[in-house]
Amino acid sequence: MKLKPPSPGEVLDRVRETEVWKSMFRPGSIFRRGYKDTSRDRALATMNNVLYHLHPVKMKRHGLKLTYTFCLGGLSFFLFILLTVTGIFLMFFYRPMADIGGAIAYGDMQSIRTAVFFGDLVRNLHRWGAHLMVFSVTLHMARVFYTGAYKPPREFNWVVGVILLFLTLGLSFTGYLLPWDQLAIWAITVGTSLAGYSPFVAKQANFVLLGGVVVGPQTLLRWYVLHVLALPFVLVLFLSVHFWRIRKDGGISGPL
Amino acid sequence: MARREETPLDQETYERVLAEELAKGTDRRVAEGRARSAAVRAYRAAHGDGASATPAGAAPAPAAAAAAPAPATAAAPAPAATAAPVPAAAPVAAAMMPTPVREAPPPTGNVPEPKKGAPEKHRLLALVPPEGIQRVEREQGDRINVWPHLLIEEFIALLVVSAGLVVFSTFVNAPLRELANPNLTPNPSKAPWYFLGLQELLRYFHPLVAGVTIPFVIILTGLAAAPFIDRNPSTKPGDRKLAITMFTMLFMFGATLTIIGSFFRGTGYNWVWPWAQGVFFEL
Repeated sequence: MKLKPPSPGEVLDRVRETEVWKSMFRPGSIFRRGYKDTSRDRALATMNNVLYHLHPVKMKRHGLKLTYTFCLGGLSFFLFILLTVTGIFLMFFYRPMADIGGAIAYGDMQSIRTAVFFGDLVRNLHRWGAHLMVFSVTLHMARVFYTGAYKPPREFNWVVGVILLFLTLGLSFTGYLLPWDQLAIWAITVGTSLAGYSPFVAKQANFVLLGGVVVGPQTLLRWYVLHVLALPFVLVLFLSVHFWRIRKDGGISGPL
Repeated sequence: MARREETPLDQETYERVLAEELAKGTDRRVAEGRARSAAVRAYRAAHGDGASATPAGAAPAPAAAAAAPAPATAAAPAPAATAAPVPAAAPVAAAMMPTPVREAPPPTGNVPEPKKGAPEKHRLLALVPPEGIQRVEREQGDRINVWPHLLIEEFIALLVVSAGLVVFSTFVNAPLRELANPNLTPNPSKAPWYFLGLQELLRYFHPLVAGVTIPFVIILTGLAAAPFIDRNPSTKPGDRKLAITMFTMLFMFGATLTIIGSFFRGTGYNWVWPWAQGVFFEL
């Protein structure tokens, strides 16, 4: 008797029948065998997926219209994910040290550009993505305003959104210093000089921000920690509230 | 919903029957119900309202006991089970007309004894008119499944932005200048682009205004307070001309200042024309 090797389709079918596969993909998953394009399976596809269940099962049809949201909120979130991934990659090759005579941070930047596989591309993605995120978050805010989506019951979510906008600016601003080149420290020097004019606490504010009286190695370490850990943590907290409130406040606003 | 009317009572009968019932050792709740029932009948008998309906006025206690269908109806103002034709029954009963024929044996009037060992339960009998039931009305509207419609759209948007960003990053390198030197100030020194509007404001205002008051007090607080200031419930653009105008002005004000700070400021942060003297701007 001649044994015929199974075709790739048969192999896939058999794999999908295994207990392991079925344990990974909950009922309704499009990767599970027997997914039918029915209303029930469509609902299950949203409900039984950890990522998709941020969404409701059903939504207002007008929310699909591209010119209503321009996908700006979703894209801001996607850029945040992209920046997290590329940022983690960059962290492997970067040390936030800038002591006199040994600016390791700047040296690491140069080796990311020249010696690390895809280092240049990933760094470019991180930087351009960051600018784009500031841009998209700002536009998202404008979109929400123009569609009146901040009105009751969504007032609090708008406030959370304003906090998220400022956290985004904070993340971008703290990241701006990390390359430790002339562009970085002077942009930060100009930017933080404004804190020196704050009433009552000018000196203290500057000292807390910079870890000294001028932008120096302490500033770099401080802003690095803020950039890679503290601010993302706070941002994720507010982001969770933001997403949760979208659902609780009745999903997409409108139609106009 | 029909308004619940306060049925007038004959207070004297009420107290007498209540005392009688309590003396017999009846449960207080039941006794109150019977007394109340008797008092209503007594009042009606005395005032001519439905006087011919029942002789209950003469012998209130037993008749009232027969009319009290279940202990928990004590709260209801009129006897609910109006097997006897009482014309001026409660409006609730009137709403139930025509009264269905009752197959079950007529009520004995005795309080049903709970079975031995049965759990102690509250009995509640109430007639609820249909208007009294809260109906949740939610507009079904035109709703679609998120999968596949929205998710595919989001996925396409994600792919387009990723592709654009990858292509851009492949061909355009992010700037990396020479090593930071605290002793050598570049000319001009500019903040990151999203703060250039503020830096531009510094040209015109005292730093306390441009650096603190405007960004934090006006922009941050003002933006966060927007939904609490704008109490206009409409989302139609035609109804909110003032809000849209104000926001557009603020937005354009910021954008103009940022563009000026980015492209129209050169050496010494002096005014330049970007097409003549070049662009002094780095991302």
